[in-house]
Amino acid sequence: MIDYGAGNLRSLRAAFERLGATVQVSGDPAVVAGAERLVLPGVGAAAPAMAALRSRGLDRTLGASTAPLMGVCLGMQLLFGHSDEGNVDGLGLLAGNVTAIDWAERVPHMGWNDVVGDGPPAVCYFAHSFAVDCDDLLVAARTSIDGRQVPAVVRSGRLSGVQFHPEKSASDGRRMLERWLAA
Amino acid sequence: MLRKRVIPCLDVRGGRLVKGINFESLRDCGDPVDAATRYAADGADEIVWLNIAAGEESWTALLRAVERAAETVDVPLCVGGGVSGTAQGRELLLAGADKISVNTAPLDRPALIAELADRFGSQCVVVAIDAARRNGGWQAHASGGRRPTGRDAVAWAREAAELGAGELLVTSIDSDGTHRGYDLQLLRAICKAVRVPVIASGGAGQPADITAALETGASAALAASIFHDGTYPIHELKREVAACGLPIRI
Repeated sequence: MIDYGAGNLRSLRAAFERLGATVQVSGDPAVVAGAERLVLPGVGAAAPAMAALRSRGLDRTLGASTAPLMGVCLGMQLLFGHSDEGNVDGLGLLAGNVTAIDWAERVPHMGWNDVVGDGPPAVCYFAHSFAVDCDDLLVAARTSIDGRQVPAVVRSGRLSGVQFHPEKSASDGRRMLERWLAA
Repeated sequence: MLRKRVIPCLDVRGGRLVKGINFESLRDCGDPVDAATRYAADGADEIVWLNIAAGEESWTALLRAVERAAETVDVPLCVGGGVSGTAQGRELLLAGADKISVNTAPLDRPALIAELADRFGSQCVVVAIDAARRNGGWQAHASGGRRPTGRDAVAWAREAAELGAGELLVTSIDSDGTHRGYDLQLLRAICKAVRVPVIASGGAGQPADITAALETGASAALAASIFHDGTYPIHELKREVAACGLPIRI
């Protein structure tokens, strides 16, 4: 679990540990490079997060890694290219951009919403003001905000991302993490 | 479709769950982590902890309790009470809180809201507004509702949202503890004034009160005693609210 100085890592770590995973929280590129699986958490804003990843050289480590990598919330957004949040470039591992959901009736998009796609239907907890804009081919599941669809789960090869917080999404979130660990 | 949230609020002192009896005596009611875990399992969409103690010792005990909660509570946890700067906000978030709630501190220094939002993101920052009716409007109060500030509550809500609050927790001082329903006019006025989600608080006595609060446009309804005294298990209450046609996570 990549530690780049973001906020709450404890509940995400605990969620994986409840599923029997051994979690090491680290910001050391050498440790990250040796992991079997990688989780990129994210709480806060895109610009300071990218600055923190770059200053530790973690952007290069993540790009070079061949391990399955899951980005959570902001961590998912960081997998993509340009983000309007703080006008910053992400890791660029997936093609697409991050734009504000300022068209929504209420922002942030905060609370429990449907996740509909290639897995069993789920209701998960979201808390975000920006969303990924990418090719449909990358989108494994969507959620609907005021009638508009936004990506909730993206997947491409070893890379995946979830816009919601699986660690805060009760049993539906637990099942998502379980599936990722088993894949 | 985005669900309306039902949120139990727990008072915490020195890392222990307490219940007040007429503001006079506080009874120790056990471990807030146990209570939060139970509520989450019963369908709570989120948990709010309100730290009602001052002092360093209590703060440390609170942080330890938040750390334990992060291990077991699998729904969002918002913690407020006693956050006066970004340093305390950071402590709570690192301990495992998902959101921090501020009330008095930004009334004295509104810039705190922007500092918290810039540092941690708006989605982490809840501004709690305690409002009491006055001259056909509402006045914002500080210090747990005891100190009138002279600020119009609706104007303050607008200002807090503009400064970067990600959510407003709106408590009616007049309705709080009455069990006669939320102040629906206050909720309507604030929901209309801002675009951030609004959490209704103060006055829940039965499921119909929660339904009425959520119909004002509020995104969530918070309640305390109707859950704590066991009158309405959360899953039953949510089923009743859902039966009225509101989007609820069952």
